[in-house]
Amino acid sequence: MNWGGLLLVMILLSSLVPGLIIFALPEKSNRPRTFLNLGGAFLKLLLILVMIIGIYKGRHFAVRWQLLPGIELALNSDPLAALFSTLSTVLWLLTTLYAVGYLEQSPNRRQFFGYFSICVTVTVGIALAGNLITFLLFYELLTLTTYPLVTHRGTREALAAGRVYLAYTLSGGAVLLVAVAWLQVLAGPVDFGGQPVLASVAATHELQLIVIFFMFIAGLGVKAALVPLHGWLPRAMVAPAPVSALLHAVAVVKAGVFGIVRIVHDVYGIGFAAGLNLLLPLSILASVSIIYGSLCALREDDLKKRLAYSTISQLSYIVLGVSVAGPLAAIGGLVHLVHQGLMKITLFFCAGNLAETLGVHRISEMNGIARRMPLTMAAFSVGALGMIGFPPMAGFVSKWYLGMGALATGKMWVVAILAVSTVLNAAYFLPILIGAWFKPQECTWSEQVVAVRLETRWMLLVPPLVTAFLVVTVGLLANAQISPLAWVKLIVGREFGP
Amino acid sequence: MNTLFLYTMSGLALFAIGLHGLIRSSHLLRKILAANLMSSGVFLIMIVGACGTDQVMIDPVPHAMVLTGIVVSVSTTAVALVLVCLVQETTNRALLWQKRKRGQGGRTDA
Amino acid sequence: MPDTAFWAVCLVVVPLFFALICFVRSDQAAVLGLLAAGLNALAALAMTVFFVRSGPLRYAIGGWQAPLGINFSIDGLSVLLVAMTAVTGLSVSMYARGYFSLRIGSAGEINRHGHQRAFFWPVWLLLWGALNGLFLSADLFNVYVTLEIIGLSAVVLTALSGKPAARLAAMRYLLVSLLGSCSYLFGVALLYRSYGILDMAALARLISPAPLMWASLALLTTGLLLKTALFPLHFWLPPAHANALAPVSAILSGLVVKASFYLMLRLWGDIFAQVLPFAAYVLLGVLGCGAVLWGAVQALLQKRLKMLIAYSTVAQLGYLFIALPLIRLDPGSSAWEAVILLIMSHACAKSAMFMAAGSIFLKAGHDRIDDLAGIKEVLPISSFAFVLAGVSLMGFPPSGGFVGKWLLLGVSLAGGEWWWGVMLVIGSLLAAGYVYRVASRLLVFKVTFFSRRQSIPPVMEWSAVLLALLALLLGLLAGYPLGLLEAGSPFPLHACREVMP
Repeated sequence: MNWGGLLLVMILLSSLVPGLIIFALPEKSNRPRTFLNLGGAFLKLLLILVMIIGIYKGRHFAVRWQLLPGIELALNSDPLAALFSTLSTVLWLLTTLYAVGYLEQSPNRRQFFGYFSICVTVTVGIALAGNLITFLLFYELLTLTTYPLVTHRGTREALAAGRVYLAYTLSGGAVLLVAVAWLQVLAGPVDFGGQPVLASVAATHELQLIVIFFMFIAGLGVKAALVPLHGWLPRAMVAPAPVSALLHAVAVVKAGVFGIVRIVHDVYGIGFAAGLNLLLPLSILASVSIIYGSLCALREDDLKKRLAYSTISQLSYIVLGVSVAGPLAAIGGLVHLVHQGLMKITLFFCAGNLAETLGVHRISEMNGIARRMPLTMAAFSVGALGMIGFPPMAGFVSKWYLGMGALATGKMWVVAILAVSTVLNAAYFLPILIGAWFKPQECTWSEQVVAVRLETRWMLLVPPLVTAFLVVTVGLLANAQISPLAWVKLIVGREFGP
Repeated sequence: MNTLFLYTMSGLALFAIGLHGLIRSSHLLRKILAANLMSSGVFLIMIVGACGTDQVMIDPVPHAMVLTGIVVSVSTTAVALVLVCLVQETTNRALLWQKRKRGQGGRTDA
Repeated sequence: MPDTAFWAVCLVVVPLFFALICFVRSDQAAVLGLLAAGLNALAALAMTVFFVRSGPLRYAIGGWQAPLGINFSIDGLSVLLVAMTAVTGLSVSMYARGYFSLRIGSAGEINRHGHQRAFFWPVWLLLWGALNGLFLSADLFNVYVTLEIIGLSAVVLTALSGKPAARLAAMRYLLVSLLGSCSYLFGVALLYRSYGILDMAALARLISPAPLMWASLALLTTGLLLKTALFPLHFWLPPAHANALAPVSAILSGLVVKASFYLMLRLWGDIFAQVLPFAAYVLLGVLGCGAVLWGAVQALLQKRLKMLIAYSTVAQLGYLFIALPLIRLDPGSSAWEAVILLIMSHACAKSAMFMAAGSIFLKAGHDRIDDLAGIKEVLPISSFAFVLAGVSLMGFPPSGGFVGKWLLLGVSLAGGEWWWGVMLVIGSLLAAGYVYRVASRLLVFKVTFFSRRQSIPPVMEWSAVLLALLALLLGLLAGYPLGLLEAGSPFPLHACREVMP
């Protein structure tokens, strides 16, 4: 194995090994567990940095492991992989910190942190997967490792949510398996970022390729919560807040979206997919999800569920950006992968803080809450405004590029969808903010954190403030050389380049 | 040739009768006897096979096989009889399908 | 100088010899049994090593040639299955060592327990020797003898539990097994009558369509299907496998049913492949689909853990039969590889599952699935082993089951008969359903769980978890065992493929 390959394997092991050790540690040993978690997270971040610098210098890391002829596991570092793995790693670090604070008194932490670490390993595995089989491997493993986290509380409701979650994701995985196998039968093993192989079989198997494409979308759409397949997401909100934050705003749903991006960009290729008229149905599907998710969010009073529906809506921005088939829109979509992750995780952290500190779960209970928890609500407001698309937050940058891309390709209806969606976003976020900041307190909260100087435990407070800061920074410094936007431009430049 | 045909037919008949008995009779002892009858039928057919078409050379191999088969069948019968005793001991009757207790819903053992 | 043949003979002689000694010195049975298991595993390893070096081999024991002598034919398939038996057998033996060292309950039960321990080891070693003999035998009559020994010792092991349900199940198993062997023997007799030879390799060259041949094939197949418990002939399997003692269940489900399936593979994949019409394979495949659906649905409906696992065996056997038409369809060798991977990973996973279930049963004092929530707190490793084994059975990557399923899916799509592949995927979703039923209880956290004070020896938990891990990693390492297959004799079907239209 070469050094570059070793680096990729190390990136995976840096969270897998702590996870396995945590399972072996006794329940009571909190310090070693926290140390392992944070140490692993920092190590992973460091390794990712090394990888990014390498990529920036034009190096290419890859490692392959052949199971049988035709079945090969491959890890590969292309810029897109670097984007997603960096996002996961940074947010993992923050979420770990948050989870340590959040679960301070709760039982069964060994299992929680063990699965949590393995889960991040799998997510980064998805990011680094170099071909379809490897992607499938990690995609399926993600289902398995997140299930115990969703049902962590072990209540009847949590178990029911877990059942629904498994039913959806396993079926999606099965469809994906058939699609991958079928494509391999037609075109041989498909490597991401390799030579486009599908064009050669298109002449004879056009119909099959179209069917396979939609099987891919169906299989991946389950995790990406595209609209008819989104039913599991709001229910899965029974999970503890760190799980919702990392997994249901970033890891699981992003795995689905990331897969769609891979399929469109690396497997089919944008030009080829557009040639088969595959992208218009996809963008219609995404638009329906955007509008429908927002409408459902309007009706929800439960804060986490409203955020969940908002996720359904926002994720489809990414799919929309990819399917509009222009470079600018693709930039908007891909950069939203990062921006939405930052904003949504901020919102979920804040929602968790409210629930953990004051026992507030419903939006109707939130009036006047900003006076009690100003810092949390400030972070929340930054996230919410970003979601709506206020400049100079991160969300504005994504929407700007999406809109420009739609105009550049002459798709006026996409601009209309964006406008309607923005109005709806404002309609379900602004009342929360207004209530929290300007209305007087209406109901009594059950204070659950006593005798701390800050408004809540510092471990709960720091992560949302950091992510809120990042939301503003990536928006303000979007044109800097090291911003996500710059990186995405690099990716898209390669995809659309000569 | 006619004798051979007769032997073959008898073998088949024994097999068929045994099969019928194995499936239809309810008492376990009868089932075991029926199974023995079946294997006897098969042995008969094998022995007939030893007598080639020319009836001059007798093939020794089927004899060896039948001898082995008889040993196997004796030991099988022995195990089966012990098992019938055990079933009789625990359920007081030597029947396979006990009333309402078909083993399926009953307690399983570690 | 010992060579492949020497070790092959060892593989049959050592277990039989130790079975005798265990029977005589029943006070030392466990030690002797473990020693035999270790020697067996060593012999299997040595045989594999020599096989890799020198390739496939035919060997006439004592220089006596067929038809009167006993011949061994050692090819890749035999070596793999012998190795699988050795690995699974070794872990089951270790598990059994812990299992029979426990003393449960009242004085009467202790007495029964001593009885079980005294008889388990000799009979299990007898069974092991017969399994090895079956996989190595070159002719169909020797196979009959080994099949009969396997059947008898499996029945004795089933009855060992002593419960009325187990005895009844053993009785039914015995009758089915008798019927199956009788039918098989009849088939052998007819084959000998038409061809005057029973050597498998020679038969494969001689077979030609004739009424007597069809009759013998039908009889052989019926006998084997009864013993393999293919739907709808599976009725005897669930009670027998579920009511036996835990190590016995592991052996029965993991290894014993594979023996008769191995023969099916030899007969349908090799010896009769030239003359059999595709429709016959389709028929078996359809029965396999039936088994997958019926077994899974029944497993979903069971209230008891061991019953659920037993029905899952019915379903998984269906998988193997679905592979038969695909073997015929496949122009390459990947369907063969898939079947062998599925056999091996099912052997490991199912044995591990029964072993874990046995530990759970002992600890909880029952195996009602609905009341198992929280057992993780007292038996974390066994619960983990169960879930791991379940993941393999579901065919999740990177398990051997996944690679097998993947290969079969590829063959079915490439051959244009996609419905087999879809059936496989549906089967694994159903498997996910019944594994989930148990896993959701095992994984859930519950502070209090009522359990017996019985402490489970670590060896019981670890042997299960290691076997389950092996099943899971089999996919990642699939290249090595399957490479063995290629190093051995060429695939049976390659020889006859030119003849086929």
